[in-house]
Amino acid sequence: MRNVYVLGTGMIKFGRYPDKTVPQLGGQAAILALRDAGISIKDVGMFACGNLQQSNAMVGQRILQQIGQTGIPVINVTNACATGSTAFREAYMSVASGMYDIAMAVGVEQMGKAGLLGGAGGGDPAYVTEGKLGSGTMPVVFGQAGIEHMRKYGTKLEHFAKISVKSHKHATKNPFSQYRNEVSLEDVMNARMIAYPNTLYMCCPTGDGAAAAILVSEDKLKQLAGGRKRAKVAASVLTSDPWTDRDLTLPDVSTLTRRASKQAYETAGIGPKDIALTELHDCFATAELVHYENLGLCGEGEAGKFIDSGGGMHPSLGGHDPVNVSGGLLSKGHPLGATGVANICEVVWHLTQDDRAKDRLVPNAKAGQAHVIGLGSACTIHVLTV
Amino acid sequence: MAEQAQATDTGPRPIVPWLKLAPKPHLEAIKCACGAIYIDPKRVACSKCGETDKFTPLPLSDKGKVYVFSVVHQSYPGIKTPFVTAIVDLPEGISVRATLTDVDPEQAQKEPNKIFNLPVELVTGVAAKDREGHDVVAFSYRPSKN
Repeated sequence: MRNVYVLGTGMIKFGRYPDKTVPQLGGQAAILALRDAGISIKDVGMFACGNLQQSNAMVGQRILQQIGQTGIPVINVTNACATGSTAFREAYMSVASGMYDIAMAVGVEQMGKAGLLGGAGGGDPAYVTEGKLGSGTMPVVFGQAGIEHMRKYGTKLEHFAKISVKSHKHATKNPFSQYRNEVSLEDVMNARMIAYPNTLYMCCPTGDGAAAAILVSEDKLKQLAGGRKRAKVAASVLTSDPWTDRDLTLPDVSTLTRRASKQAYETAGIGPKDIALTELHDCFATAELVHYENLGLCGEGEAGKFIDSGGGMHPSLGGHDPVNVSGGLLSKGHPLGATGVANICEVVWHLTQDDRAKDRLVPNAKAGQAHVIGLGSACTIHVLTV
Repeated sequence: MAEQAQATDTGPRPIVPWLKLAPKPHLEAIKCACGAIYIDPKRVACSKCGETDKFTPLPLSDKGKVYVFSVVHQSYPGIKTPFVTAIVDLPEGISVRATLTDVDPEQAQKEPNKIFNLPVELVTGVAAKDREGHDVVAFSYRPSKN
């Protein structure tokens, strides 16, 4: 496999765009990435597009109808919340394999105000099982993952709440973030409960967004980068759920991340201590807490202690091992198909000291990771280095 | 003939295939020879070992213990909240997702440690009517009375 680099990135501010279409949103991000790379769509050899909610509608091809139909192969990818990062991985593999020298990945989603509770249950549509046989909504599934941590290690509601406070503080420095307001610990603790222990501020918002990346081989990098610093894809990992005892009763949000993390560190040849920043899948505050351990940022059972000691917080705010400096899904937003590519863009910006992250740059960042899980299940981890 | 028989049968039906109503209401799983247990009997093969025909029915105890829970305050439109949802561990080595009744949701949030390991028992009741007029029987768990 060949070395692969991220030559260009593009992202639109996450928010709500009721007057735009999905291909327009994705097309905007693609154009930004092409300009950043200093190339034209005519230079791109293949295109992988991630979108979830219009996945039957040839979104990738429709993006090309917006920005330039060059006849290249288009792959439309859907992989739950890991949709965008899986599209990135497809583009990565097409370059790593030697088949193409330049590939484009776009992640795009337009959710408006529609939620994605999930787990409505099948059966006779004359009745629903939700509420009768417990609950399978996403706030509950991730709430229970947090409660499992409370049960095992004595983790408190405050620990989860602190994560939301941190993410909101980070987001004030990110102009691409859907929300940019600070919240206090009291605000988070006293907010409307959605599914214990996740209050409203511990649940990611719905919204629209798009992000794009241009991936190139080492030869193309030399031709095109013009001396600008570019990030290398040091590991691109995708896993699905291995069989576990609890099966689908209690969806396992940890095992697949742990397996992906192990593979990613091995492939990249580095460990958690070398990671300057992590963008991880904080769809709920409870998810972020368990992923600290799943990604090896702290020891088993120590996630509560980690957050109490400033873990996950930007160094300029007195923290260490910064996580979700972008504001994370909790503040930046979680337009499902866009999230994975956006996470990668954020890490790339810190590694290359890109102006788009200038107010929140993590100092001396040489390696970072972007993590996404999609239930059902998929987990991607991309390690990037300079 | 079978269709006619079904059309005139208005007896109760279980909400999910793993709830058996006779001889008395209980849950039934299937167990693979490799040891994996599944609550949903409809499957092509064992997702642990891949075998297709090593399954035997496994009637489940009506008593278990709460592993984890959550209190649901927001759900789908029309679903009454708050309610307690729980993962119940059964002695056969399988866990079941269900609603936990007879527990105060606010109290459960305040003192989660009292819910972990709580001994519970299976209860059943009519939850809905389906389009053909059958009573749909659901199950839940409540704190054990003995």
